[in-house]
Amino acid sequence: MIHEQESIVIKTVARLLVPFIQLFALYVIMHGHSSPGGGFQGGVILAASFILLSIAYGLDEVKRRFSIKALTVLTSAGVFLYAGTGVLCLLLGENFLDYGVLPVVEPRGMGMLAIEIGVGITVMAAMVSIFHDLLDFE
Amino acid sequence: MEFLSGHANYFVYIMLMMIGLYGMMAKKNLVKKLVGMNIFQWSLILFFVSIGAKEGGTIPIVEGAHGHGAEIVIQASHYVNPLPHVLMLTAIVVGVGTTGVALAVLLNLYKKYKTLDEDEIIGKL
Amino acid sequence: MKFLYLALTLATGGLLIFGALDMPAWGDPNSPANSHVSPRYIEQSFHETEVPNMVTAVLADYRSFDTLGETTVVFTAAICCLLLLRRFRKESGS
Repeated sequence: MIHEQESIVIKTVARLLVPFIQLFALYVIMHGHSSPGGGFQGGVILAASFILLSIAYGLDEVKRRFSIKALTVLTSAGVFLYAGTGVLCLLLGENFLDYGVLPVVEPRGMGMLAIEIGVGITVMAAMVSIFHDLLDFE
Repeated sequence: MEFLSGHANYFVYIMLMMIGLYGMMAKKNLVKKLVGMNIFQWSLILFFVSIGAKEGGTIPIVEGAHGHGAEIVIQASHYVNPLPHVLMLTAIVVGVGTTGVALAVLLNLYKKYKTLDEDEIIGKL
Repeated sequence: MKFLYLALTLATGGLLIFGALDMPAWGDPNSPANSHVSPRYIEQSFHETEVPNMVTAVLADYRSFDTLGETTVVFTAAICCLLLLRRFRKESGS
């Protein structure tokens, strides 16, 4: 169990850094198909921001803002979004995960973006949930 | 000399792999075994990434692709090999997940037997 | 026993170094890994998928079924930790 840090330096720096880390993580996920990045990397960066918050402010503070049940739901929601994109392609008359038929501009890029968001949500929620479970044990 | 500098990466990964293998076999503490396994895994990941390197190649992202330039001619020698990157990218994240599961099992073992020493746990079975 | 482990480790390392002598040098553009399958992906992936990032194109389009499996592995790891570690008790028991 991690308790709140005494040092004001750690707490202030963590509070200042976390929004920028999260913004960068969202940038890495959203630009995964046209610049270095992707769902796995962005999801891990997003999870690192929550872990930094847990180390600086204690697990209870993070749990109060972002409940562990929501993390479990998000873990499965990412896989659901991924497989749902595949099934949507199936319903539109193509093979599973063949994005060419999606009714948007640049269908292949947008299909990849959808599954990268799904991967990012799953990886973020799984990492934070594993971290919280490991530290909460007795 | 040129041979040594060209193959130095393989020797570094083999050293890392030997460290991990020795840690997995010789250490009695289960957490140290897990650390050895992670070192072994990272030596393999670095090995795979290194065989994708190409002299004179840049990152595998098409330059000047914005604006639908479908007529861009892409030379394979200008970009490094993307396939090892793809495979290892997922291997890293899956490795973190499996390490988490291993730590969870170790926590449960410690709760039941009050020790992480391999011989003591086998003695208590 | 430690000498046995050390001898096994050194034997494995020696065999691997013997094998590495025949490997292509670092960054060799004509090595088998760089000359057999990957040129087709590098040259065609942009025209086939219209995505500049080849790593994402291979990860999320050519091998998207594989990535679905990898995501499921991460999901399974999280569920495994949940089942192994979390206490399912009523809130009053704190």
